Amino acid sequence: MKWETVIGLEVHVQLATKTKIFSGASTAFGAEPNSQACAIDLAMPGTLPVLNKQAVNYAIMFGLAIDAEICQNSVFERKNYFYPDLPKGYQTTQLDKPIVGPGIVTIEGADGSDKAIRIHHAHLEEDAGKSIHDGDLPHGTSGVDLNRAGTPLIEIVSEPDISNAYEAVAFAKKLHSIVTSIGICDGEMSQGSMRFDVNVSVRPAGSSVLGTRTETKNLNSFKFMEEAIAKEVERQIDILEDGGSITQETRLYNGDTKIAKSMRSKEEANDYRYFPCPDLLPVLVSDEEINILRASLPELPDIRQKRFVSEYKLSDYDAKLIASDSSMAAFFETAATLSKNPKLAANWTMGELSAALNGANLNFSSSPVTADQLAGMITRIADNSISGKMAKVVFDAMWQGEGNADLIIEAKGLKQVSDSGALEQIVSDVLQANPSMVDDFIATDESKRKKKLGGFMGQIMKASKGQANPQQVNKILLSKLNKLL
Amino acid sequence: MHNKTIAELIEGLQKKTFSSVELTEHFLARISQLNAQFNAVITVTAEQALAAAAKADERLAGGNAPAMCGVPILHKDIFCTDGVRTSCGSKMLDNFVPPYNATVVDNFVRDGAVMLGKTNMDEFAMGSSNETSFYGPVKNPWALDCVPGGSSGGSAAAIAARLAPGATATDTGGSIRQPAALCGISGLKPTYGRVSRWGMIAFASSLDQAGPMARTAEDCAILLNSMASFDDKDSTSVDKLVPNYCASLNNPIKGLRIGIPREYFSEGLHPGTEQAVKKALANLEGQGAELVDISLPSSHLSVPAYYVIAPAEASANLSRFDGVKYGYRCDDPKDLQDMYCRTRQEGFGEEVQRRILIGTYCLSAGYYEAYYGKAQQVRQLIQQDFDDAFKSVDLIMGPTCPSPAFKFGSKGDDPVAMYLEDIYTIATNLAGLPGMSIPCGFVEEKPVGLQIIGNYFDEAKILNAAHQFQQSTDWHKQAPEGSL
Repeated sequence: MKWETVIGLEVHVQLATKTKIFSGASTAFGAEPNSQACAIDLAMPGTLPVLNKQAVNYAIMFGLAIDAEICQNSVFERKNYFYPDLPKGYQTTQLDKPIVGPGIVTIEGADGSDKAIRIHHAHLEEDAGKSIHDGDLPHGTSGVDLNRAGTPLIEIVSEPDISNAYEAVAFAKKLHSIVTSIGICDGEMSQGSMRFDVNVSVRPAGSSVLGTRTETKNLNSFKFMEEAIAKEVERQIDILEDGGSITQETRLYNGDTKIAKSMRSKEEANDYRYFPCPDLLPVLVSDEEINILRASLPELPDIRQKRFVSEYKLSDYDAKLIASDSSMAAFFETAATLSKNPKLAANWTMGELSAALNGANLNFSSSPVTADQLAGMITRIADNSISGKMAKVVFDAMWQGEGNADLIIEAKGLKQVSDSGALEQIVSDVLQANPSMVDDFIATDESKRKKKLGGFMGQIMKASKGQANPQQVNKILLSKLNKLL
Repeated sequence: MHNKTIAELIEGLQKKTFSSVELTEHFLARISQLNAQFNAVITVTAEQALAAAAKADERLAGGNAPAMCGVPILHKDIFCTDGVRTSCGSKMLDNFVPPYNATVVDNFVRDGAVMLGKTNMDEFAMGSSNETSFYGPVKNPWALDCVPGGSSGGSAAAIAARLAPGATATDTGGSIRQPAALCGISGLKPTYGRVSRWGMIAFASSLDQAGPMARTAEDCAILLNSMASFDDKDSTSVDKLVPNYCASLNNPIKGLRIGIPREYFSEGLHPGTEQAVKKALANLEGQGAELVDISLPSSHLSVPAYYVIAPAEASANLSRFDGVKYGYRCDDPKDLQDMYCRTRQEGFGEEVQRRILIGTYCLSAGYYEAYYGKAQQVRQLIQQDFDDAFKSVDLIMGPTCPSPAFKFGSKGDDPVAMYLEDIYTIATNLAGLPGMSIPCGFVEEKPVGLQIIGNYFDEAKILNAAHQFQQSTDWHKQAPEGSL
């Protein structure tokens, strides 16, 4: 039988606020355990939450970015369950009245055509802390780190409009691109800034009835998500083809061991006993506030892509690749503007620099080569001061922190020789020193003479220590040889 | 000295008739001498009190000290006090020492008041008799075999017994007014949002409100001047100017329209209580107030609605007491589940566990609409009743509770009978309105309370009427035997 897959995603996005959603504690990543948890985060008796307005603004900005309706009186609710890393014994979240209503995110499907993924809603909530079961803890005890407790999140819930792992990844990457472009999330996947829950079901191709779904929780990379979906689809099809049925359950996928397993079935699911949080008032948002946020919204990746095509004459492919990453886009724009050579700026940004950053696990905002420096180097390529080959040497030196391009060219003596007098002299010297090569050239049939030029070029470049302008040398060499015929 | 009102003590302090240290020593001596009879105070902070008093005397010497400077008071043990155990009357928090002050406590520190200690209370403020405290019941100074009311029974009894001239308290369904009535003192529950809830251990967040207890309305006004403030640490705190509650105490009440709700004089009201309340109303009428017959038709729904909403909120508010972070943890848990179960079973008393169970049930899938949803609708009806009533009257008055103080154990087996203690007080919490109880007579030699309910933020109007009543009566001046 032919099967089709139905996928819906729940995406947790950590908002890039400086402080937590209901307290003044810092949200910075990587601090000593429990050093960034105040009395409110620890749920000390008598403490009360106060909503971080910036978190609300960020959620609204996301809503505006996906053209969603903004709820002007959204409500926080308590989701009740016991867990050691949930200090209050409930999570403050939204249910019936989430801040962001239905919206649309457009992705590029596997065949290159656009596909609209509907967003059911996005709501604000607080993150939980972390339980620690290993490390140097005494036998039989677990630790709790509440640094993350209270970090603001938006949970973005898609409709089941996604048909395969490719689309799921494209959707996730698009969300990543949107939230980082509008500056509401740092996008650091390795630090858990974006986490995915995938709801997967399969059904006979063409059927309009949804199959029983499973939810695989807490995937923190695009790759793991892709693997988890592929594995789960395969597992479900195997069960169904063997005549079995799917159990509605929550599953976990370990990206390191590549093993997925059941966490709890529907019967074991908690009754969360949601009810409106009496410590917080409804979040009232005025038209004016929405308009101000709309006006302040940074450029979205789709719009930036179009602008790169029209303004910098980039190809669709290059424009899309650069525009999807806001820090890469900003880097490119600076380099393109300063060098007045968008094409070369795009090539170097996407090519050499991207590769170097990836290799060093860095991003564009922390690049050792600045956009200013790259533009300086591109200017020297464009004015023929250096060749492409020499540019790579200059780039490596800039990467090593040896200064800007002109400094390096000067210091390493990489400047291309384009002075025709000097070049004529070098060419004449090489021809004089290699009479047999000249004789060979003359004796060769006219149609095959071009191939013989390489030998002379090699000698000339060697004599010029690689600094001779190759186009000019080529011209001089031909005219001199032709005169000998 | 202990028979002086706060107003009189302030006068003495400002005129240097006596010092705050002398005053503090006097009340500390009374507490150590008399408290054992009443069990009203569960923590005495003598050392800190004397240090604070010495500091207050310096401020007083410097002139321009705030009114409360140097006045000793007690705090209900529901308010977090920096460095001083805050138990909320529970084994769960018997070892809990907060590293911060409640805003209410801070406000008194700011004004130079002296904390003598912390008062006993029903566990997590759940109770109307003070019998649910982990530290044992508080005894009513008027009749030692009777309850002082609850949950602020410790504060009320301490004031009646002259262990302190004033105290802080909280009221979720009547926990200030009912013990004030049963102990023959004055107590005010302000409008929801008037006094900050920061640092006040939550029972039912949408109903909890802190307020003052003292012997007179004037003293309550003085205490409220310090307590009330807008607090940006409490999202439900209301940013509204705090008036000087003493400024309007002496306004004549001629022409004041007082609504008398029919429903508050129905079956179940002790005839002696009814008589005392009616006599008080006649006194006010004699001062030129107009008594208006009104109806609050949804009154009978307030107790059932309250006993859904309050436990529902409590069930979540008390989830944080899980043995993980602070407070009680059971011995040798065999796993996480065991730790949760035994910690909460051993750490919470029976009434608290009952209310957590009720609340959990009411919020459960399939029951939410029938209970919590319905109760919220009832809450709106009750609010509407009051809104309608306040279109034609300035204040509403009636009994604070159906009968005077009852004997220990007499309602022990019947939680519903206990819940009906708050039948006249609960509606104001559901509506968020201010309410007060002042002494208005005796029945069976036990005090009777007159309840005064005002419109939102009309605390000054309530205090004015109460003060005028107390100017022409001496019920508030009566003292139980053995307290003099």
